[in-house]
Amino acid sequence: MAENLFLIIAALVIASAFWVVFSPNLIHSAVSLLFTLFGTAGLYIFLYADFIAATQVVIYVGGILILIIFGVMLTNRIDTPSIAASSKNQFIGGMGAFTICALQIGVIFNTPWHIGAEQSRETTVSNIGNLLLNEYLLPFEIVSILLLAALMGAALLSRRT
Amino acid sequence: MDSLQSYLVIAAILFSMGIYGVTTRKNAVAILMGIELILNSANINFIAFNRFGGMTNLDGHVFSIFVIVLAAAEAAVALAIVINLFKNVGTVDVNEADLLQG
Repeated sequence: MAENLFLIIAALVIASAFWVVFSPNLIHSAVSLLFTLFGTAGLYIFLYADFIAATQVVIYVGGILILIIFGVMLTNRIDTPSIAASSKNQFIGGMGAFTICALQIGVIFNTPWHIGAEQSRETTVSNIGNLLLNEYLLPFEIVSILLLAALMGAALLSRRT
Repeated sequence: MDSLQSYLVIAAILFSMGIYGVTTRKNAVAILMGIELILNSANINFIAFNRFGGMTNLDGHVFSIFVIVLAAAEAAVALAIVINLFKNVGTVDVNEADLLQG
């Protein structure tokens, strides 16, 4: 049961990622990205990462994807019926991407990975909170200042002068 | 099926899809979607190594939270730039954006 579910989710992620980069219509790409992000959240649940899965759904699907769809809507003429997204240099890009993929898969199957003991299946929220506020306190503060500065800069850049 | 290698292969395929999108798309928003695919594949790798690598704490999870935060900041700034490009040039085709070319 779980094996089949894993295969279905993996196929969903790969097929929708394929359609994100190959779809001739930009809106179709954005909607396909939705399925990729949801499928990735499913993969996180298979990896016992419940908090990351929830964060993925809330921030990627609820925030970044909506922002991208707004970007598509705001930067195209409304009167064009299908918002076209043409591609260029498909052969060279495809060869490069295929080479990278083949190299990575070769390395993945030829490396003797260190497989440790089975992790216990418990909720990760309290452990992540402890790590963020003890060991990773300085990076946490820096990244929050960075996010604040980036959002203020984005608001300043895109306002109507 | 539920092994480290299967997750790494999924992440590798996602990564090369993202590379293909970034290198071949002409629309700037479509290039952003490719970047999101690449960041997602990196996150899958972090979580998979944390799950199977025999780590006692959750450092991989914290790293992927940082990656998600940086992706949010990147998307916001990049879309502001793209919208400004559209206002000034009238297109989001990255081939047309040659204002800095002498």
